[in-house]
Amino acid sequence: MSEEFERPSKRKLDETRPIEAEAGVIKKADGSARFKIGDTEAYAAVYGPRELHPRFLQDPKTGILRCNYSMLPFSGDGSRVRPGPSRRSKEISLVSEKALIPVMNLEDYPNTVVDVFIELPQTDAGSRCAGICAASIALADAGLMMKDMVAAVSVGQVRGAMIIDLDGEEEHMDENEGTDIPVALIPSTEQITLLQGDGIVHRNNLIKAIEMVKPALKKIAEEQRKALHKKYNTQIGDQK
Amino acid sequence: MGELIAKDKDVVVPGQVIAKGLDFLPSHGTYRLKDDVMANKLGILSVEGKVLKTIPIAGRYLPRKNDVIIGKVNDILMSGWRLDINSPYSAVLPLKDASFDFIQKGTDLTRYFKLEDYAVAKITNVTSQNLVDITVKGPGLRKLKGGRIVKVSPHKVPRIIGKKGSMVSMIKNATGCKIIVGQNGWVWMEGEPDMEVIVSSVLKKIQAESHIPGLTDRVKTYLEEKTGKKIDLSQINSEEKESEDEPRFQHRNNNGNRPANNNNHGERK
Repeated sequence: MSEEFERPSKRKLDETRPIEAEAGVIKKADGSARFKIGDTEAYAAVYGPRELHPRFLQDPKTGILRCNYSMLPFSGDGSRVRPGPSRRSKEISLVSEKALIPVMNLEDYPNTVVDVFIELPQTDAGSRCAGICAASIALADAGLMMKDMVAAVSVGQVRGAMIIDLDGEEEHMDENEGTDIPVALIPSTEQITLLQGDGIVHRNNLIKAIEMVKPALKKIAEEQRKALHKKYNTQIGDQK
Repeated sequence: MGELIAKDKDVVVPGQVIAKGLDFLPSHGTYRLKDDVMANKLGILSVEGKVLKTIPIAGRYLPRKNDVIIGKVNDILMSGWRLDINSPYSAVLPLKDASFDFIQKGTDLTRYFKLEDYAVAKITNVTSQNLVDITVKGPGLRKLKGGRIVKVSPHKVPRIIGKKGSMVSMIKNATGCKIIVGQNGWVWMEGEPDMEVIVSSVLKKIQAESHIPGLTDRVKTYLEEKTGKKIDLSQINSEEKESEDEPRFQHRNNNGNRPANNNNHGERK
């Protein structure tokens, strides 16, 4: 572990990129949000609860959550991202759904669906995390029951150093064993709802990495709440 | 000792700690996590003694028994109609609740309600799976002919109606329009075309400014400005007692909140 590792962006090892969050950006949707972290930007729109068709998908016990992650054609590095579901986007839709469902309670809405559409106009690594953050704000904005926000960010090991919120450059710096681990957390209970990994990491370092992202994730959750407060012109500072 | 962290009438968001300590009790929109009371819904906090609850400010309309709503005929069934009620669930209007006439078996049901007809209806029953039954038999309930429908947020409906209907009567008097506000956020109106335009702009204004105090006064000056006529509030209240052609709505508690989930619906008359 080299403590001297200097990030190309001059960020501290445990520093995220600058965050911008906003709620209610898509007026027609029941809930919506924009979440920008560095050069990665995600929009999320929530529709529902609404009737679910085809009928065999309905669950009489509870409403269901359906996520749809998609990158816009011009969002990547310049080579056109082909629209429509791909193996990658289907996987991310699934893990986003699984990351969000533990905080939701849709039992008041049996047989219905809540649709979450996540679109990324610009990406620079960490897009699934940005998508989950945006979706979480949008679901809260839609007035749905959620026990907490879900915050997500990536942590990784690059050239032996453990760093938070890798950007595109850092993700490709280490050709041998660069590791990228997206983590989503329920801040109040510290439960992890998303943990994926790309690359090689020692078990002890993984545990260390998870402990290292928790404070950053709690900060992100505060940003998410601030975004909702801002929509209703109330500052979190006023609350004290 | 317990400590209240958010204030009464604050906007609270999911995961926000509202109070610390066991002195406070969670109710609607809040829950206890260890010693803290947290919000689990976006809403406005209401502190009633020790009880903490939130009044929702977003989300779709959930049908409740005895609500007067406006629905749109979506489908015609074997013995009734299915109506879209601006909710995740549609409502069924059974034959026996559709008309005072005796409806013979095999009658063409479009004689009573066609597709895309609107009706003011009252919810007679909601099951645990949110199957909704409605009726159009009752004072003020009927099929709507003419006029226009405007959609508003169902959470702003109590503000549009106002205390004991004060807001909606003021608008009705100032513009001379007939207005029916459904609890589901659909508003029907009929009157002079230019007055209808004023009503819809007033509804927009109420929705945008409902959280800022002094709403009634602002709406009053706005109406006076638009219609060019003075409004005398005292006169409206006395006139309103006489006119019985419009349905009597249940006016929810003035904070716009639904009473806790009791079965005491008689109280809401």
